[in-house]
Amino acid sequence: MRLLTHNMLSCNIKGVTKGFPLSIEVQRLDTKDADFNPDFLRNIFPKLEWKAFHDAAVSIGLNDIPEQVDPTMLEDHEFLQKFHHALLEVHLEEGALICPETGRRFPVTKGVPNMLLHEDEV
Amino acid sequence: MKLKQLESILGDVTQFSSPKIDLEQYPTGPHIASRLIYTAENSFGDISDKVVADFGCGCGTLGIASSLLEARSQTKPSLAFREDVYGYNTISLKTFLPKCFAKPNIRRVLTPMELNHVIGVDIDYEALEMAQSNTSELEVEMDFVLDNIQDLAWRGPVVDTVVMNPPFGTRRKGADMEFLAAALKCSKTAVYSLHKTSTREHVRRGALRDFKAKTAEVLCELRYDLPASYKFHKKREVDIAVDLWRFTVS
Repeated sequence: MRLLTHNMLSCNIKGVTKGFPLSIEVQRLDTKDADFNPDFLRNIFPKLEWKAFHDAAVSIGLNDIPEQVDPTMLEDHEFLQKFHHALLEVHLEEGALICPETGRRFPVTKGVPNMLLHEDEV
Repeated sequence: MKLKQLESILGDVTQFSSPKIDLEQYPTGPHIASRLIYTAENSFGDISDKVVADFGCGCGTLGIASSLLEARSQTKPSLAFREDVYGYNTISLKTFLPKCFAKPNIRRVLTPMELNHVIGVDIDYEALEMAQSNTSELEVEMDFVLDNIQDLAWRGPVVDTVVMNPPFGTRRKGADMEFLAAALKCSKTAVYSLHKTSTREHVRRGALRDFKAKTAEVLCELRYDLPASYKFHKKREVDIAVDLWRFTVS
């Protein structure tokens, strides 16, 4: 699971109002090359919750994502490379996603987060 | 990528080895999958540069088709012997040689361009494992989430397009409409879905009246060839009329 997906997922327990963003607990990461496509990055940028993305990047050990971005940075090749790498090339293989409100752990196994709820959480 | 090429590559997607009947796990064949995704992109631009979610992805066919559509394709020829040759212990040269070279295997090397982001969601972990194996095999990237479609929660309207081949509702009544409701709640722009033609008016009413879709359009009617997947299937193959729907969201 990559940070782009993490940036979209929210905790789904009934009654939780602040289920986003989920914190990340890392046990194993994997890095896989992905083709660099600046147009895609520029397209996806307005859809991202940047602070959550920045914090998630930090939590997986990537410290070169700026806390704030202005759109002119989207023309900067160096920034785009870092953005690309953090967004699309780092995979959380083993670990967990943690609900910010309840602390509930959703385990991540072989890159797949298990968001299935227990009966009392539905 | 051309439709025929897409259809051909999708033929390499491995399907369920032991499909679970209660989840109505039927494979989405290359014929239907290629046409669904190709139409979504070529007629409506709903696949390229978008965040695409495949609901009830199963072995990943629709999501993989979405990823493949924009892949740059290079052909890399490699001679591969037909597999059945290796099974022979003794074989006459007369039989061996023609078999060897009868069908040179041109291996297509695809360089996936991340021109969209595809997420597959399914309730069955084994299906997702198969889907991961398929994406690895076909060299495309998809993220997967193990969840019940009704419980899935997103940050907001982040998914542009939902593509799906949901259960028809023959095992669990209403499953088809549950999927549709979830898809329409989640999508920002469009939902592509397959439903039995016999349920057409029911689906249209549900989408427009109950789930507040802006539009509901049957793009075409397809024949869904379902091979006998379960023991109780008496016929070897059955042909079901299905509608390919496109719904838009207000």
